[in-house]
Amino acid sequence: MIIPHPILGPRDAQEFVYLGDASLLDRPDWQAEDASSAFHDYQYQRNNPAGVHRELWFHEQGDRSWLVVTRDTTTHEILKAELARDVALAGETAK
Amino acid sequence: MSYSGFRLIKEALRGHSGWKPAWRNPEPQPGYDFVIVGGGGHGLATAHYLAKVYRKSRIAVLEKGWIGGGNVGRNTTIIRSNYLLPGNEPFYELSLQLWEGLEQDLNYNAMVSQRGVMNLFHSDAQRDAARRRGNGMILHGSDAELLDTDGVRSEAPFLNFNNARFPIKGALMHRRGGTVRHDAVAWGYARSADRHGVDIIQNCEVTGFRIENNRVLGVETSRGYIGAGKIGVAVAGSSGRVMSQAGMRLPIESHVLQAFVSEGLKPVLPGVITFGAGHFYVSQSDKGGLVFGGDIDGYNTYAQRGNLPVVEDVCEGGMALMPMIGRTRLLRMWGGVMDMSMDGSPIIDRTQIDGLYFNGGWCYGGFKATPASGRVFAHLLATDTPHETATAYRFDRFEKGLMIDEKGAGAQPNLH
Repeated sequence: MIIPHPILGPRDAQEFVYLGDASLLDRPDWQAEDASSAFHDYQYQRNNPAGVHRELWFHEQGDRSWLVVTRDTTTHEILKAELARDVALAGETAK
Repeated sequence: MSYSGFRLIKEALRGHSGWKPAWRNPEPQPGYDFVIVGGGGHGLATAHYLAKVYRKSRIAVLEKGWIGGGNVGRNTTIIRSNYLLPGNEPFYELSLQLWEGLEQDLNYNAMVSQRGVMNLFHSDAQRDAARRRGNGMILHGSDAELLDTDGVRSEAPFLNFNNARFPIKGALMHRRGGTVRHDAVAWGYARSADRHGVDIIQNCEVTGFRIENNRVLGVETSRGYIGAGKIGVAVAGSSGRVMSQAGMRLPIESHVLQAFVSEGLKPVLPGVITFGAGHFYVSQSDKGGLVFGGDIDGYNTYAQRGNLPVVEDVCEGGMALMPMIGRTRLLRMWGGVMDMSMDGSPIIDRTQIDGLYFNGGWCYGGFKATPASGRVFAHLLATDTPHETATAYRFDRFEKGLMIDEKGAGAQPNLH
């Protein structure tokens, strides 16, 4: 798989480390009433979709940036790659 | 029709004209007491034990494709009972004992071959870990033997003992482990379940659950609605997809694991050998091909195929361990979708929906578990209580902090 890095251009997926679903950017509020169950869901529960999946990849063998990659889990086609920082600041991950 | 030597001779004398199909191909009934979703090894085994051991009737197995077309036909056929943790080892020991009596139980030749599983170690620390694991296995009624370098050499003289970085210091030998003809497991369970009255319905995809007042009433399928008293889901890599139809999220990610077969060779490997310094395990099939595999690819996927970097990694592991395979050609490779759980261990439990039961999260270790998985899932479906060897495989273990994490990798499914 080739990941189209927004700064460095096309890079081999082997340069990256995979973390998982991009919803991991949305850390729950630890002071909320339901923090315990919210953290359980955050840590352990996954949507695990067959189809379009937004996921976190770390460019460990490159510029050490975190990316949000949009990829189809049934075909391995990569539809989009963005800097995770941009995604987090825009608050776009909740979906 | 029972299979036996006598039957074989009789059929040989009359031109093999008397063989019947091994199972029926029935139309779905409007309703059943038990519906098992998934006609793989675990689903078929569940139906078999439900009918034979728990004496239940009105059972159907629904399969979206053909039975045995998923992971039960895609694995590296290894069976073993060499787990460390108390929540796991009694279950896998039950499984190995069921494997040992499987062919008599099913009246079907599954070619169970206890040729031994040898886990190599390459450092003092690994030797200590192997000794601890072996003691744990023996305490749970399994077998284990610690081999030194010469012991390994007498079993497998062709290994690279002089690897400068990873010299072979010995191995944990598990002699009752081995391999099984994987397709025959699906066929044997299917035939036996069918003979006990189970309807095996192929080309029947579950497209939804009918749920009222938090109680499941039946399943919508590509062949119409089928009512059910209790529904057991055993769909491995498709767990997330199927359970989302009941509105559930799971502590599971789907990943792909690749496996490989070389061209046929003369008998060379005595049993199953695993490399302790990289992820590589290998055995030789009865047809002569080396069957081997390694790590999962490491990203979420439902595609039953992987990518080349893992192929390279696995073959490097093989070359480091046994350089003699360098000129062997790879014949086939394929991928299967693994239901990787958050602690690397399975879930066999009721769900919060009445009448709906779940069996999954097998990661890439589901094949060896097939008999015990079927046995304990049937127990759960029949009695509504977990089997004594599967009391730890609950959904709530994550919120209670009772993970069964053999590798200690944490909630990172691609590391288990």
